[in-house]
Amino acid sequence: MDKPTYHPAQIKGWGVDADPKNDPTYPMKQRNDGEHEGYSWERPRQQTSDIEILQSNERPNLTAVFGTSTPPAGLSGMLRRFAFKYSESSYGHWLPLVLADRVGVVEGIVDDLRRGHIPNIPEELGWKAEWKHNRKQLVTRVLIGAVFTYAALAYLRGGKDD
Amino acid sequence: MLAMNYRGPQRVRIDHKPMPEIQHPQDAIVRVTRSCICGSDLHLYNGSVPDTRVGMTFGHEITGVVEQLGSEVQNLKVGDHVLVPFNIACGKCVFCQQGLFGNCHESNPQATAVGGIFGYSHTAGGYDGGQAEYVRVPYADVGPTVIPANMDPDDAVMLTDVVPTGYQAAEMGGIQPGDTVVVFGAGPVGIMAARCAWLFGAGRVIIIDQLDYRLEFARNYCPCEAYNFKEMDDPVLFMKKTTDWLGADVCIDAVGAEANGSVMQNILGRGLKMVGGATPALHWAINSVKKGGIVSIVGVYGPIEALVPIGNVLNKGLTIRANQASVKRLLPRLIEHVQNGTLDPKALITHRIPLEYVSDGYRIFSAKLDGCIKPVLLPPSATS
Repeated sequence: MDKPTYHPAQIKGWGVDADPKNDPTYPMKQRNDGEHEGYSWERPRQQTSDIEILQSNERPNLTAVFGTSTPPAGLSGMLRRFAFKYSESSYGHWLPLVLADRVGVVEGIVDDLRRGHIPNIPEELGWKAEWKHNRKQLVTRVLIGAVFTYAALAYLRGGKDD
Repeated sequence: MLAMNYRGPQRVRIDHKPMPEIQHPQDAIVRVTRSCICGSDLHLYNGSVPDTRVGMTFGHEITGVVEQLGSEVQNLKVGDHVLVPFNIACGKCVFCQQGLFGNCHESNPQATAVGGIFGYSHTAGGYDGGQAEYVRVPYADVGPTVIPANMDPDDAVMLTDVVPTGYQAAEMGGIQPGDTVVVFGAGPVGIMAARCAWLFGAGRVIIIDQLDYRLEFARNYCPCEAYNFKEMDDPVLFMKKTTDWLGADVCIDAVGAEANGSVMQNILGRGLKMVGGATPALHWAINSVKKGGIVSIVGVYGPIEALVPIGNVLNKGLTIRANQASVKRLLPRLIEHVQNGTLDPKALITHRIPLEYVSDGYRIFSAKLDGCIKPVLLPPSATS
């Protein structure tokens, strides 16, 4: 076991933020009981948008601002709309979202191809960096993948011959 | 403009995307000068956070120059160089009013459990992030803070997340002078949490990880005791032995959903994604802390249930404190710490990567290649 060669008090800043009151009974939030008033604050002006925003059913309204990245679309969008019928405490909410994310990956590739863009998957996976810094493991992984692919293709071809 | 584009688990690329626009009178458009890849971005990168949509741009650790302002913004002017806290916070709702800027109720329509976060899936509001040349910044009068004239931009970008998250991890530990603090995870946040534990008067700080190069870095930077859990038969037993068999006063989970150390958790949490992440770090934290101790969680987990020994939390009488860092609340004190040299966050940055090579940056950080501690992306339009 390494024994430290320093004394804590020698460390720059040691104890400067020590606060004896900061135990679990000392709430970090500045309690003002405002939450007892419900939605009583002066809400910021509401952002408007033409795109579809899915909203948690655990809140009565849209937040004043929201992101507008990647609105729901396609099959994954249908799954996401279904998910938002359920509350955040339900598997009915999260599992369709996980599934939608996977469907979205396939839709992303189809969309790329439809726009005439063939995705450079090795580059997207960062294999250039792996090649530079982790070549042995990358080569091993590619070889294992190639063997499995060859074996699977051979098996399928054999099945057709039968 | 150039922007990172998520295409699926472990697949990202650089693409041309439309420029962001003012969508609300309190918005700003910021030209990005620095954008880090965060350890929590890796949860998105690996497909672990539900509602992470293909086509989104990640990035919540941002500095940049204000290019355009909405009609209601009063505290900023065009040309200001700002650091942008990762939380999107209105400053008006009851939670913001109580200093809980990570729990704003007016920034995320998709989920009530977390406030809005830049580039962090639709579960955190559906905002495109700052791994791009430009980014839309809502509530520009609340979050963005003008970078002090004498501050290095590399220090400033670390104040958007890493430093406040590490500091709040220590703060939530309720550390008392002389306490033994164990930090699980020697990533940038874990290293910063260990460093900050001293500021609260810790008597002993221990950090645990599986990567020797990170442990060596932490040993020198914090400084602290640093141990590799792969060299231990049982990390919890090791902790008990090294704390006179009682356990640590405070344990900090600075890993989150991608933790290694359990085959079962790897399968369920990282492989099949049937639970909200792999939890060995949290498991060890709960079992290594002493009775009546405090476990502080800043490692990020998914919203689905995760496997933790909750019975031991009850039987040991533990207090668990956790939150996304409230960056805005902590910034004044942390800027002071950086300016007077108490904290040196830029020393954590090991890789400076052009934005165009974002896929390599993610791979290097994710696979822990080339001694990477913290990568920062530099857009071509960044001039400072």
